[in-house]
Amino acid sequence: MQVPVSWLQDFVDLTLPVDALAEKLTFAGLEVEDIEYIGLPSAKAGSNKTLAWDREKIFVAQLVEALPHPNADRLKIVRVAYGQGAPVEMVTGAPNIRVGDAGQKVVLALEGSRLYDGHQDGRAIMTLKKSKIRGVESAAMVCSEKELGLSDEHEGILILPDDAPVGTPLADYLGDAILTVKINPNFARAQSVLGVAREVAALTGQTVRLPQTWNTHAVGAPQTAFVEIEIADAQLCQRFSALLIRNVTLKPSPFWMQQRLLRAGMRPINNIVDITNYVMLGYGKPLHAFDYDALLARANGAMPKICVRPARAGEQMQTLDGQQRTFRAHDILVADARGPVGIGGIMGGSETEVSDATKNVLLESAIFDFISIRRTTAEQKLPSEAATRFGRGIPASQNVAPARVAAELMRDLADGAIDPALADNYPAPQPSITVEITTREVARLLGITMPLAEMERILRALDFTVTPLSAEALRVAPPAYRTDVDGADDVLEELVRIYGFEKIPSTLIADALPPLEGNVALEQEEQARDILVDAGLQEIVTYAFTHPAHESQLVPLETAATAFPLPARAYVALENPISAERSVLRQTLLPNMLDIAASNLRHAKRVALFEIGSVFLTRGAGETQPGDLPEDASLPLEPRRLGIVLTGLRHESTWQSAAVELMDFYDLKGIVQELGAGLHVRDLDFVATAHPALHPGRAAELRIGAAAVGVLGELHPLTREKWALPAQAVLVAEFDLEKILAHAETRFIVRTISRYPAIVQDIALLVDENVQAARVEGLIRQTGGALLTDAHLFDVYRGEPLPPGKKSLAYTLTFQALDQVLSDADAAKARAKIVARLARQVGAELRSG
Amino acid sequence: MSESVHELQSRALAQLDAIWDNESVEAWRVEYIGRKGAVNALFEQIGALPKAERGAFGKAANELKNALEAAFQAKVGAIKQRALSEALEAEPLDVTLPGRQPARGHVHPTIQTLREIYKIFGEMGFQVYRTRQVETDMMNFQLLNIPPYHPARDNWSTFYVAGAEEKVLLRTHTSPGQIRAMRAGYPNPVRAILPGMCYRYEQISARYEIQFNQVEGIVVGRHITFGDLKGTLTEFARRMFGARPVRFYGDHFPFTEPSAQMDVRCIICEGKGTDPLCKYTGWLEILGSGMVHPDVLRNGGYDPNEWSGFAFGMGPERITMLKHGIQDIRYFWGNDLRFLEQF
Repeated sequence: MQVPVSWLQDFVDLTLPVDALAEKLTFAGLEVEDIEYIGLPSAKAGSNKTLAWDREKIFVAQLVEALPHPNADRLKIVRVAYGQGAPVEMVTGAPNIRVGDAGQKVVLALEGSRLYDGHQDGRAIMTLKKSKIRGVESAAMVCSEKELGLSDEHEGILILPDDAPVGTPLADYLGDAILTVKINPNFARAQSVLGVAREVAALTGQTVRLPQTWNTHAVGAPQTAFVEIEIADAQLCQRFSALLIRNVTLKPSPFWMQQRLLRAGMRPINNIVDITNYVMLGYGKPLHAFDYDALLARANGAMPKICVRPARAGEQMQTLDGQQRTFRAHDILVADARGPVGIGGIMGGSETEVSDATKNVLLESAIFDFISIRRTTAEQKLPSEAATRFGRGIPASQNVAPARVAAELMRDLADGAIDPALADNYPAPQPSITVEITTREVARLLGITMPLAEMERILRALDFTVTPLSAEALRVAPPAYRTDVDGADDVLEELVRIYGFEKIPSTLIADALPPLEGNVALEQEEQARDILVDAGLQEIVTYAFTHPAHESQLVPLETAATAFPLPARAYVALENPISAERSVLRQTLLPNMLDIAASNLRHAKRVALFEIGSVFLTRGAGETQPGDLPEDASLPLEPRRLGIVLTGLRHESTWQSAAVELMDFYDLKGIVQELGAGLHVRDLDFVATAHPALHPGRAAELRIGAAAVGVLGELHPLTREKWALPAQAVLVAEFDLEKILAHAETRFIVRTISRYPAIVQDIALLVDENVQAARVEGLIRQTGGALLTDAHLFDVYRGEPLPPGKKSLAYTLTFQALDQVLSDADAAKARAKIVARLARQVGAELRSG
Repeated sequence: MSESVHELQSRALAQLDAIWDNESVEAWRVEYIGRKGAVNALFEQIGALPKAERGAFGKAANELKNALEAAFQAKVGAIKQRALSEALEAEPLDVTLPGRQPARGHVHPTIQTLREIYKIFGEMGFQVYRTRQVETDMMNFQLLNIPPYHPARDNWSTFYVAGAEEKVLLRTHTSPGQIRAMRAGYPNPVRAILPGMCYRYEQISARYEIQFNQVEGIVVGRHITFGDLKGTLTEFARRMFGARPVRFYGDHFPFTEPSAQMDVRCIICEGKGTDPLCKYTGWLEILGSGMVHPDVLRNGGYDPNEWSGFAFGMGPERITMLKHGIQDIRYFWGNDLRFLEQF
């Protein structure tokens, strides 16, 4: 909300510089987000957006005479007086000054003034210099609004009101500072210049100035001679008041009002509309002006009867923006016998709007249910200044006084005659609220001792009615213009924000600690991160949003039932997605990760990524997850997943050797094994599998014991092409992280290291191609028993001189005993046993040499 | 005898002096102190000498032998030393050439900041408690004092889940975790931080993202005051941003009352208000906080007349941005390696 300081001063004296005042407001919870200076110097560094009007050079002045220019028809020579010395003579081309004019109040800028250049787009600053215009010397200028930075108007010069004080520096007459104030929902009362003024008054020990009659308006009767008001539902409309102003003359509103509206962010339209807006901005009460004769015409000349009621389903009306609108039962309509004439608090109908032909104005001031207003505003997409104010709540007690101010302005500025009667239906009087607050409660929650007198002082400054109950307790009632206070906590907030947060001493928590338990799942997850990072992988975090088609590029949905990571579940879809590509929550990490791999491959030769994050699965019957409350039973499951994507160089190439190998399946597998080892997960099994996203011969399922925990492998070339990845191995894995972590041993038993020497022997075994290495190693370890402390595969060989269909697996075997020196004979015996077992079970032959 | 022992020694040593290779030094050894060398030849002459001279000659020959052997050993050592020096000098490296870089990964910058936050609060007795991301309207809003269509909802542009019977949404903040932490903690005191991803319906720009992390904090006890809030959060700021002034001022959250914003003095301009980072205010907004609203305490299971508490919330991405001068929040989920590898 924009608050011109010049307007604020109508209501309260300012005892502080603007920037100090802004800081005080901010600290009290009414945040001043920006200060825009008009014609005044800015106190803030770095934000000199506007030009300060030089007090010595730019003045309110008066046209003495306007003479023709001897050499140009369009130009004039004007003589302007500003109370110092002789009138100044200059040339102007302004079309709104005619030869023979005199007496107009204008803005005079003397040589050397800094102004905005009226002939350039935007705001370019220039310095006014003496010049000859078509042979006539001109050392000064009469200024347009654009040159002064008041608006973009540059058709003619700015003509000031007749009462503008000649000789006054313009900065004193029109200079201003505009505060942009952020109105939090608890500051509904501050949604006007008056509201901010009240806050200023409370913070600086002032009192606000209000119209004399402000607090004296009695409740009127629902029926008058000119209108009858009916309210169908007091829940929807707590009060509806109307005044009649006869014989108004529509014209532009005066300069001062236009300036205030502009500075508060609204465009002037005509005096009647401007007055309603002016009162809304100034006093916080949205009003609506009906063309009374249009209402009469709709009632065929009879007295209009206005009814505030819920819309009938499907009911329609054209609003004054020209839109035909259809309403639902929760919309509040202002209607007459013929149908709706306005959406309550949001927008009037076009048929009864004020036009140039309007003679008589029915001025509506009403209080509508703010929840309903907010709902309709959102559904009809009709945000407005009025709806915003209604949407935060306006007290019903504040309904009539602002309407009276507006009526009086219509009398003064539109020559209208106010009908003395007030039509006023007030079915639900605003409840009065009292709250008790004690010094003990202040101490309990703020940790300070605040004397009762200080509490009283603060609350009285905020217009609370205060009654001391004892030496420790007050009974307080908030002012009628506030509806946000209904408990001791609200009063406490008022106390602390005026008292000053900075005065509360900082303490460290002395209260008891809860039982400390740590968060094992998180700690293990962080451990997994560290292991993967140490293995050379970069952690990424991608969007939780995706599109089903994006995920089905990985695994076609029809096959998804069996192809982890995509279970064929209904997606958690968004009602209001930001875009089609982000319409659902992910069920797998890999598709978004592959996007990131592809984008990085534009500049990186090695991409090794992992992500740990949640996926979102529609919950099946009876499924649970840790931390569930009973009411979560229908919410999606959010399991944690680990995704890995590797592609490109194993190491960055160096100046020593440009030739570096590309990563392959075994790089990925090594990392997964490392993760298992680091987490102390035993019995990791890699079982060859078929998977629609993966290379048919290079895919494995990861198992821990009997449980499948995910897949890994090389991306199928066709899948790879869908992400436009280069023709090189792309290794991917996705695991159910919680299942892996569930098998992590936090307490593992360390193997004893033998003090006796080891015997190391190599064996090379010839086996059929289809014999898997894991099977051979398993047999070796099983047969070797406790004496065999290690079996390390150091070579796999195929080809000459081996027969086709055969391969050689070469192992280094380490034999060692815990309790004695092993003899060569013992080792040979163990070795022979292993060879015999392998021959028997997998047909292995010992290779000679 | 044509040459004296003394002369022989001078000749041999002079010769050895000039020798700097293994072959020549071996030849020298054979010539002088080998089995058939000159020294042994001297010994063979002893018998031919008059008895009176034999003692002195033998002694001189022995001394000669010892001297030559010592000189030989020294020379062998010197040759080895020289050869080694020459060999080492022949293989210098350009120490300015780039080193071989081990493949190293990095924890995502947000997670790094989260870890720092965990550590600081962990040392103050806070436990990390993670709660769900898809929430009910009830948890995310209503139990936090934000009824349907309440004006405060303007502050949270919300993604709703389609087709749910009850209103289901993507949590817009970690604050529903307050309720969950209280319900899990009752009747013990609560001291927890709640990190996690939140979602808001925003136009993605340099300043706004549709997903971001938050860290919520909640403390509930029988004697918790606003002074404790200030003390705890000031201590956090000191650990996170170094010893620099902080300030608290009025703010509004429906689930806390009173509510306060905490700023730390700008880490660039140090309060002078000269840098765009702090929008020329000299202060950086770090977190929102307040005393837990009595309704919220009640919704968490605690009697607000017996218990009190404070809560706070902060954005780890924003903290990371402030600390590292990151101008654009889109870097976080853009995952450009050139960005990530700098951490």
